[in-house]
Amino acid sequence: MTAPSETELPTPGPTRRLARFDVAERALHWANAALFGVLLATAALLYVGQLSALVGRRELVRHVHVVCGLLLPVPLFLALAGPWRRSVLADLRALNRFDGDDRRWLRSRGRDISVRLGKFNPGQKLNAAFVAGAIGVMLATGSIMFWFAPFPLAWRTGATFVHDWTAIAVGLVVAGHIWMAVGDGDSLRSMVRGWVPAWWAEMHRPRWYEQVTGLAAATEDDERRAPR
Amino acid sequence: MAGPDLSHPGQAEVVEPASEAGAPVGRRVVLGMFGLGAAGILFGARAQDLLERTVSPLLSRDGTGLSSLLPVGRFRIYTVTGSLPSRSEADYRLAVGGMVERPTDLTAADLRAMPPARLTKDFQCVTGWRVHDVSWVGVRLADVLDRAGVQAGAGAVRFHSFDGTYTETLTLDQARRDDVIVAYELEGKPISSAHGGPVRLYVAPMYGYKSCKWLDRIEVTGPDPKLGYWEYRGYSVDAWIGRSNGRDDRPV
Repeated sequence: MTAPSETELPTPGPTRRLARFDVAERALHWANAALFGVLLATAALLYVGQLSALVGRRELVRHVHVVCGLLLPVPLFLALAGPWRRSVLADLRALNRFDGDDRRWLRSRGRDISVRLGKFNPGQKLNAAFVAGAIGVMLATGSIMFWFAPFPLAWRTGATFVHDWTAIAVGLVVAGHIWMAVGDGDSLRSMVRGWVPAWWAEMHRPRWYEQVTGLAAATEDDERRAPR
Repeated sequence: MAGPDLSHPGQAEVVEPASEAGAPVGRRVVLGMFGLGAAGILFGARAQDLLERTVSPLLSRDGTGLSSLLPVGRFRIYTVTGSLPSRSEADYRLAVGGMVERPTDLTAADLRAMPPARLTKDFQCVTGWRVHDVSWVGVRLADVLDRAGVQAGAGAVRFHSFDGTYTETLTLDQARRDDVIVAYELEGKPISSAHGGPVRLYVAPMYGYKSCKWLDRIEVTGPDPKLGYWEYRGYSVDAWIGRSNGRDDRPV
């Protein structure tokens, strides 16, 4: 790798590239996404009458749903199980913390151009927190629904109640996450190929840009001149 | 490929990496969800009951049908086989056989010509959902059995679905109750295929899995009832609502 930092990648073309997600980070994201995809699809088959009627095979669908549900924590454990955990842990720390810029971004719904964001925007942070919380809640309630025998009677109904409503919320949040990702192609592509154009980072994630390049990002005044 | 290198010399100029400062909102969101989830497990049964009573009457007036996607006061369509079994009312035959005096085939018209039995009762599934005040029209199973004439020594009844897989059983005493019917109307309409039509069993005092959908054949057997589809998979044979399967729902 060449100066000024490990993050700056060799550039075959005129666009400078910055590494945003390494293999471990991307594998974690897509393994999680695949499990959520199968879980939401099988959930719809179990839950939406017309789809249940179309596909049937309730036992099989239920088993696929339960197995994928139980696998949910596995990608995160694997991502934290090896030396590649460094980048994953750094992401978890970055996703956890909300500073003043994040709050102003949320309050202005992303319109306050004086906000200078780090690696993630607050929407991505909230999405990650919601997904983490949902994994725990769905695992716990799903387990009570599946292995109901040892639990008090009302818990099964309560677990079903929580599982149902959380599932609806997960569906909406995942749809929103995909919608936002499709609307920001460079960000989405960085989850596929690992890097973002340096100008994108400078413009949309100036704090992260400065952190990883050691260069000062353009200020809001000359932002208008940023390549687009 | 390496992650951002936090240790290179340029780092010193950055006052504090944005990611390391600030409130741990992410953790609070996660813990808050865990707390809500736990509260929901403990008190969700009551909340669900309240929703069923207050919201489902409103949802039933929603013309868009979107509210049917909400987990309140709704039937969930369960099938155990690959596709939704379908048979028209004109083609329908109900075979009554086994230990009977006169093995009988009944058409839908035959059933409609018998004295109707009307029930308006809650439908309770063993997985927890309940639909309030569902109206059914059919004939008492006891009348169907009498028409074929039950032999002495019989003690149980086995039901076969024309999905080809599902079976259910009742003891003869259970089968003769007034709130056990062979139903052909649901909510004032012929029973749709999704709801087990054109003719299905409705066993009001027991969990939904007893109410065999797509009823094809009634077989009167000896006193020892065989296990039905879900009973074979661990569910209670005597599936009284509120007194079986480890549940305490209000009896119907």
